[in-house]
Amino acid sequence: MSNLLLLPVIVPLATVLILLLAHGRKWLQQIIGIGGIALQFTVAVWIFVVVNSQGIQVIQLGSWPAPFGITFVADLFSSIMLMVAALIGLMTAIYAMPTISDNRQRFSYYPLVNAMLMGVNGAFLTGDVFNLYVWFEVMIMASFVLLTLGGSRQQMNGAIKYVAMNLVASMLFLAGIGLLYGQAGTLNMADLALKIRASDDAFLLNSSAMLFFVAFSLKAALFPFFFWLPASYPTAPMAITAFFSGLLTKVGVYALIRFFTLFFVQNQSFWHPLLLWAGGITMLVGVLTAASQYDMRRILSFHIISQIGYIIMGLGLFTVAGIAGAIYYMVHNIVAKANTFLVAGMVYKLRGTYDLKAISGLYKNYPLVALLFVIPAMGLAGVPPFSGFVGKLMLVVAGFEAEKWVITGVALLVGLFTLFSMVKIWNEGFWKKHTGNDASDNKKLPVAMLVPVAILALITILLGVAAEPVVELCMRAAHQLIDPSSYIEAVLGKQY
Amino acid sequence: MTTQILRISSKYLKPAFVVLSLVILYRGHNEPGGGFISGLLAASGYVFYMLAWNVETALKKMWIQPVPLMAIGLLLALASGIIGVAAGEPFMSGQWITVLNITLGTPLLFDVGVYFTVIGVMLTIMSVILEKVDQWD
Repeated sequence: MSNLLLLPVIVPLATVLILLLAHGRKWLQQIIGIGGIALQFTVAVWIFVVVNSQGIQVIQLGSWPAPFGITFVADLFSSIMLMVAALIGLMTAIYAMPTISDNRQRFSYYPLVNAMLMGVNGAFLTGDVFNLYVWFEVMIMASFVLLTLGGSRQQMNGAIKYVAMNLVASMLFLAGIGLLYGQAGTLNMADLALKIRASDDAFLLNSSAMLFFVAFSLKAALFPFFFWLPASYPTAPMAITAFFSGLLTKVGVYALIRFFTLFFVQNQSFWHPLLLWAGGITMLVGVLTAASQYDMRRILSFHIISQIGYIIMGLGLFTVAGIAGAIYYMVHNIVAKANTFLVAGMVYKLRGTYDLKAISGLYKNYPLVALLFVIPAMGLAGVPPFSGFVGKLMLVVAGFEAEKWVITGVALLVGLFTLFSMVKIWNEGFWKKHTGNDASDNKKLPVAMLVPVAILALITILLGVAAEPVVELCMRAAHQLIDPSSYIEAVLGKQY
Repeated sequence: MTTQILRISSKYLKPAFVVLSLVILYRGHNEPGGGFISGLLAASGYVFYMLAWNVETALKKMWIQPVPLMAIGLLLALASGIIGVAAGEPFMSGQWITVLNITLGTPLLFDVGVYFTVIGVMLTIMSVILEKVDQWD
């Protein structure tokens, strides 16, 4: 029993409420909103330290014992995700101060960001399938409003696709829950893990597993369900797009990893090749469509898709090394991906466009922006010494060890294409001679934009240079996922 | 919709709705009722008033505006969970006290929170919609 686990949900909730009372005052909104996320980050680090030293933490809400009540569980994987989520929330909220319009900041931006983080944190912590559904809805409600805030025609166009896809996904998710409950008689994840492992006819659960797979694939933008993402993400302001790119799809991926390691372990000869295929095709399609784009936001949006393929590949390999690679890749990708979007926002502030052909020549006048772009971009492409290199190396090595030659080859090839895309942005946007008027080309960027980008860039470097402790941590997290006995024991007690 | 009959009756119906909603709120623990339905009832009293007069007049009659009311309701609900923590048990564990032979507990506090939240949400939505309707007239 540890009430600490509730803080990641209570802190943002309390922040939202105080923000509602301070409706309409921009300074108060900024201070309380950002302060709340900073507190949340501190809590996440604290939880991580506790979980890291004392093992899996559990709380039964309202003292109703598992499997009857709602359980909150923090293992290493979820506590790592909590930290990264709060970090991205904090950085994008700081970045939002000079970039999001005053009206949005006065009324709804900060409460919504906090509400969305509450949903994300709840999804990472809950140990109950239905409760996960509820947290998904909390997160998605907040993200709907964030996406449509401002209400321009283009935003509505993107948001309708996003809303429609998410409603379909939620419906499938709910149908999956219904089937699962009818079949297994429980929705507590640890209890499910026990029951499914002990059951002879667990293959009967394949129908509900498939519903979950499709629902989470929709949310995670896996092939063939990715088309909504590039249509909707680029329409929002950059601070919001970066926040989404870091978190929304990754919660879908988190749910996939949680479900398919903890309890959907039946029929592995069917599921693992399916996951590998889905991951491989997602990588290829994402990176190839990105190569044909000339709008910075759209290139980056398509890259979100291809990067998710890597994480799913790690899950499909289903070895400790593969899952450790997936976790490392997820952390790296959240940080680097959000950062490239933030840099794209800077470029927009300097040049007033995202079209690569019109940007050109940034390197000459803004070497710092160029440097800040190169770090996350090369990180994504997997160039040493940045974090992407370590992530790709872990996955490729795991792939060779598991003797899955095709998917590993695809992963290597896609790395090359990613490099191509990033170099294209570099060549067109930064390197090429500027065609416009040079005289007006000495704008200053606000510090609140530079600091978050610099911090995230620093993390990308640190993850790559000082990779060893992080890799070791991911290995331990992967061990906990592959062998869930400690998870089950923590939730259901010794006597199960 | 500005007939004199409606205006006068809404003046007397508003407090009646609120009192009735409080009765239903209290009996909600063991019998049909509770925070959600009673919140809707109380809100409908105000909505009736908005229809008969207009949104502005109705909002002026309220001590607390809908958006802060929502926040207060949610804070009460949150507090009902935290009382369990203060008693050294997990979040949301029920705590009970007896005052003058009436047993009060955190579930009632939670319901009161829901009550205020529902009123706040309903009145926020309705005032936006009714303002639009006024513009069409």
